[in-house]
Amino acid sequence: MGNILADNINRRSKRNKRFKGLIISGSIITVIPIFLIVINLIIKGVRQINLSFFTETSPDTFQAMTATANGEVIPGGIANGLVGSLIMVLLASALAIPTGLMTGVYLYENKKKRYASVIRSLTDVLQGVPSIILGIIAYIWIVKGVTRGYSALAGSIALAIMMLPIIVRSTEETLSMIPVQIREASFALGVPYYKMMIKVLIPCSFSGLATGILLSLSRILGETAPLMLTSLGSPGINLNIAKPSSAVPLLIWDFYNDPNMVSMVWSASLFLMIFVLSLNILSRSISKNRKYI
Amino acid sequence: MTDIPILTIDDLSISYEAGKYAVKNVSASIKEYAITAIMGPSGCGKSTLLRAINRMHELYPDINVTGDIKLNEESIFDIPAIELRRKIGMVFQRPNPFPNMTIYENVVAGYTLNDIRLKKSQRDDIVEKALRSVTLWDEVKDSLFRKGTFLSGGQQQRLCIARAISFNPKILLLDEPTSALDPIATSKIEDLLGELKKEYTLLLVTHNMSQAARISDDSMFMYLGELVETGQTETLFTNPKDSRTEAYLTGKFG
Repeated sequence: MGNILADNINRRSKRNKRFKGLIISGSIITVIPIFLIVINLIIKGVRQINLSFFTETSPDTFQAMTATANGEVIPGGIANGLVGSLIMVLLASALAIPTGLMTGVYLYENKKKRYASVIRSLTDVLQGVPSIILGIIAYIWIVKGVTRGYSALAGSIALAIMMLPIIVRSTEETLSMIPVQIREASFALGVPYYKMMIKVLIPCSFSGLATGILLSLSRILGETAPLMLTSLGSPGINLNIAKPSSAVPLLIWDFYNDPNMVSMVWSASLFLMIFVLSLNILSRSISKNRKYI
Repeated sequence: MTDIPILTIDDLSISYEAGKYAVKNVSASIKEYAITAIMGPSGCGKSTLLRAINRMHELYPDINVTGDIKLNEESIFDIPAIELRRKIGMVFQRPNPFPNMTIYENVVAGYTLNDIRLKKSQRDDIVEKALRSVTLWDEVKDSLFRKGTFLSGGQQQRLCIARAISFNPKILLLDEPTSALDPIATSKIEDLLGELKKEYTLLLVTHNMSQAARISDDSMFMYLGELVETGQTETLFTNPKDSRTEAYLTGKFG
């Protein structure tokens, strides 16, 4: 009898170990690609990254070919992409952040209303729309209709639509985490509704709102497909939002299409990756350090 | 303590949904400069009644109120809500200082959030006076500009009382203000309430009978939404007229 029990326990602990091993190997398989990507990007891309990489516009094929043939670092950089990305992201934020915050507040305040639940499901649908389709929509609305040609404005609008659902849902969720007592406290002081929202609820949920905004930014920073149809790209720095404009992910695509600029692909990708990664880490640390709720 | 009622509740009924009354035909009068305790088992409508007095129920549009409440002969439903809540302050079950504000800002929140502009010296006076009356001044005078949420639970609750009295209200509504606190913090708040009744009229909801017996002058006993009995605390506790009051006081239910 004792033997059977001991056998049983033995078998169970072996099974436990096997199962544990299975889970751990699964997690290793998950992280392997991340390490491979980062290592690859660093090995192949870091050589190109210097000051002029950030200050100069992208090189033309001939310069790149000569440099590669001589075994030198390709001259030029991604300044046109950086400026284009910055302008488009700022414009998209200016459009999407206020709209998203207001929609989120509305959904939070009117949880049970029919109209709110329609908006909520539509927001979820919007989050699932493939980005290329948003590009096509922005192409039809803005490129064809407003700017009569590819433009940074069209790109910004496509990106803003991508940001919206993330901001709306994170706003609603963050606000719902604020204890109802805080609302009651300001209500009992006779504070008007809009004042309570602006001076109490939004400051209290600041870290949650900031996290949502940063996540939406890191999402759109790497978007390429909608920009191909809207802002197209430009070899020089462009400050006019009605004109075609470059962006970092667009530059990566351009570099990829030019056999002489392969090493630029790696360095531009490395930069984009590190930037998006740091935004993600920043948003995580903000949400970890949330003080209020 | 005078015998003039400052607050008269007249045939007040409150329902959360049609036909279901949380408070049924309650009529009562509250004496000025006294502590009136509203007692009763959970769900008897005591908090609902209290919240109607400064129209907190308007936060929830489903709630329906009939009857009248008069503050010094004037119906509270005729006073603009903002003005009413300045005359009738409220303290809640759990301490709820504004987490985004410092201790100082919390005390004057009623002014700043309502766009009442004050000189810095006026604000300083209000803060010091309010914190002194809740006996918090000595404990926090060196950390006025730290966040209110750093304080202990009892200190936070006294801060909330300071916030409520910074407007010099006539009446202070207290919704089980000590139920989230430890015994020492509770006894501090109880002592404080005894002091505050010299300047304010206090209306205290409590499910703690001994607390009501310790500090209140008058008591109201509610059961299933009805006001069963009301009177001087001493009389009500020693010689209850209604059998339900007696059953509650002797611990038969509650």
